[in-house]
Amino acid sequence: MSVLLIAEHNNKEVRPFTYNAITAASQINEDLHVLVLGHQADDVAKSLSEVPNVKKVIHVDNEIYENYIAENYTAAIIKHAENYSHIVSSANTFGKNLMPRIAALLDTSQVSDIIKVISEDTFLRPIYAGNAFATVRSNDKKKCVTIRPTSFDPADKSGGSAEITKSDPAEASSSTKFLKKEEVKSDRPELGTARIVISGGRGMQNGENFKLISDIADKLNAAIGASRAAVDAGYITNDHQVGQTGKVVVPDLYIAVGISGAIQHLAGMKESKVIVAINKDGEAPIFSVADYGLEADLFEALPQFLSELNKLNTIQK
Amino acid sequence: MKILVAVKRVIDYNVQIRVKEDGSGVVTDNVKMSTNPPDDNAIEEAVKIKEAGKAKEIVAITIGEEKAQETVRKALAVGADRGIHVKVDNIIEPLAVSKILKKIVEKENPDLVFMGKQAIDDDCNQTGQMLAALLNWPQATFASKIEVKDNALEVTREIDEGLETIEVNVPAIVTCDLRLNEPRYASLPNIMKAKKKPIEQINASDLGVDINPRIEQIKVEEPPKRKAGIKVASVEELVQKLKNEAKVI
Repeated sequence: MSVLLIAEHNNKEVRPFTYNAITAASQINEDLHVLVLGHQADDVAKSLSEVPNVKKVIHVDNEIYENYIAENYTAAIIKHAENYSHIVSSANTFGKNLMPRIAALLDTSQVSDIIKVISEDTFLRPIYAGNAFATVRSNDKKKCVTIRPTSFDPADKSGGSAEITKSDPAEASSSTKFLKKEEVKSDRPELGTARIVISGGRGMQNGENFKLISDIADKLNAAIGASRAAVDAGYITNDHQVGQTGKVVVPDLYIAVGISGAIQHLAGMKESKVIVAINKDGEAPIFSVADYGLEADLFEALPQFLSELNKLNTIQK
Repeated sequence: MKILVAVKRVIDYNVQIRVKEDGSGVVTDNVKMSTNPPDDNAIEEAVKIKEAGKAKEIVAITIGEEKAQETVRKALAVGADRGIHVKVDNIIEPLAVSKILKKIVEKENPDLVFMGKQAIDDDCNQTGQMLAALLNWPQATFASKIEVKDNALEVTREIDEGLETIEVNVPAIVTCDLRLNEPRYASLPNIMKAKKKPIEQINASDLGVDINPRIEQIKVEEPPKRKAGIKVASVEELVQKLKNEAKVI
């Protein structure tokens, strides 16, 4: 049977992790269909039909799908579930909110946050903040799976021409109402997909000092991350949090500044290709995962770092 | 209003877990256990709502082995009125947990069910959403702010792009994020008082729900270890290494 992937988008564009989820979903079964629930999201359906791994796009257009109301989404997905062996989405806040609601109605035990497809029914997933990996086999007839996007490469975006079929909406929930979304706009790369991430922790001492980090982020075209401590203290907004209960990032370069390296933070960044730690406490656990550790006062090191970067003739972007 | 709060006993968040040599799981013998951290936020929020005069009763529930009662006892010490302990001997999946909770909700008729957004052991992040689906109630997940209105809640949710605010009619399920509030510590007198509060014991097998596992855990292993890195002496050296050795800038 085929796999149904639930697309994440903003009605104009496909959100980037959908492409990573497509890669994983097509490893489960090549007959991959994508469901686009949205409002005037024709461009989204069209973009997804051009992804070579996608065999069919089902497009449901209705104003009740303008925002992600899990109750509304679930009703529509259940209508289509019958034809599929697997229902899949990315394991970000979109999929985490949505998929269990679908799974419960299908009476299936969800497999969350997989990092590897071993076979159609067997998957690898991290548990205990990534301190153990579990190989699990789902014995349910219909499987609901969420995918850790950073563990799969994004699928090619062009060259395909899948058929787009229109489908009818399901009933809307009367008990949940969308009020507003406060999105933090930034010209910087998205944290989840950035090639370089520079993160600050409690050692930054206050929000103003994050300027030292953003100056370097600008220079390196990096995204800005933070430890939970820094977000809790109000230095920076929640969408920057890296860790077990925040975002998982796997950049080519992760620079941890003034972050001690609690298990929960490491869970979100220790798969990064190259890790740099800057911390004045030489015993900080962050050094145990760092490829390059610099034991230094960040208030001296960061300005120096910027001036050293300025001396370079070229910087990869 | 009546609030049911679900709490789970997990390995303490400070413990560096160890994988069993036979690959059957992680070592839990003689390991410090405590309440799943965001479940503490769930209890705290319920207590704050009660203190504000907007809730009459808070019932704390846990599902697990005998010792899981400790988490209910702790919830009673910070302000829950009474407890329920549903006894199961084995680890059960979120789907089974939500089926048990559904039975309890049908019996207790709460207006709200609160719990943490995810347990830090299996990291599933499923139970609240599943319970909401089984009850056909609205769900507000990853809550960082809750405002109680007439027969509705306005909930601010932490999402990848920032914050989202939704309104859900009561009855509703809310899963709590760590920034929802600052959980209080139980005072000694309250800990003593909590010992006298009732905890009802129920055997899961008496509830008539299928809690058999659907997912087979084939193997638990240690993740690959990172190779040890080096300490650099200066910022200049760091930048040179990143440029010429790691070739990432």
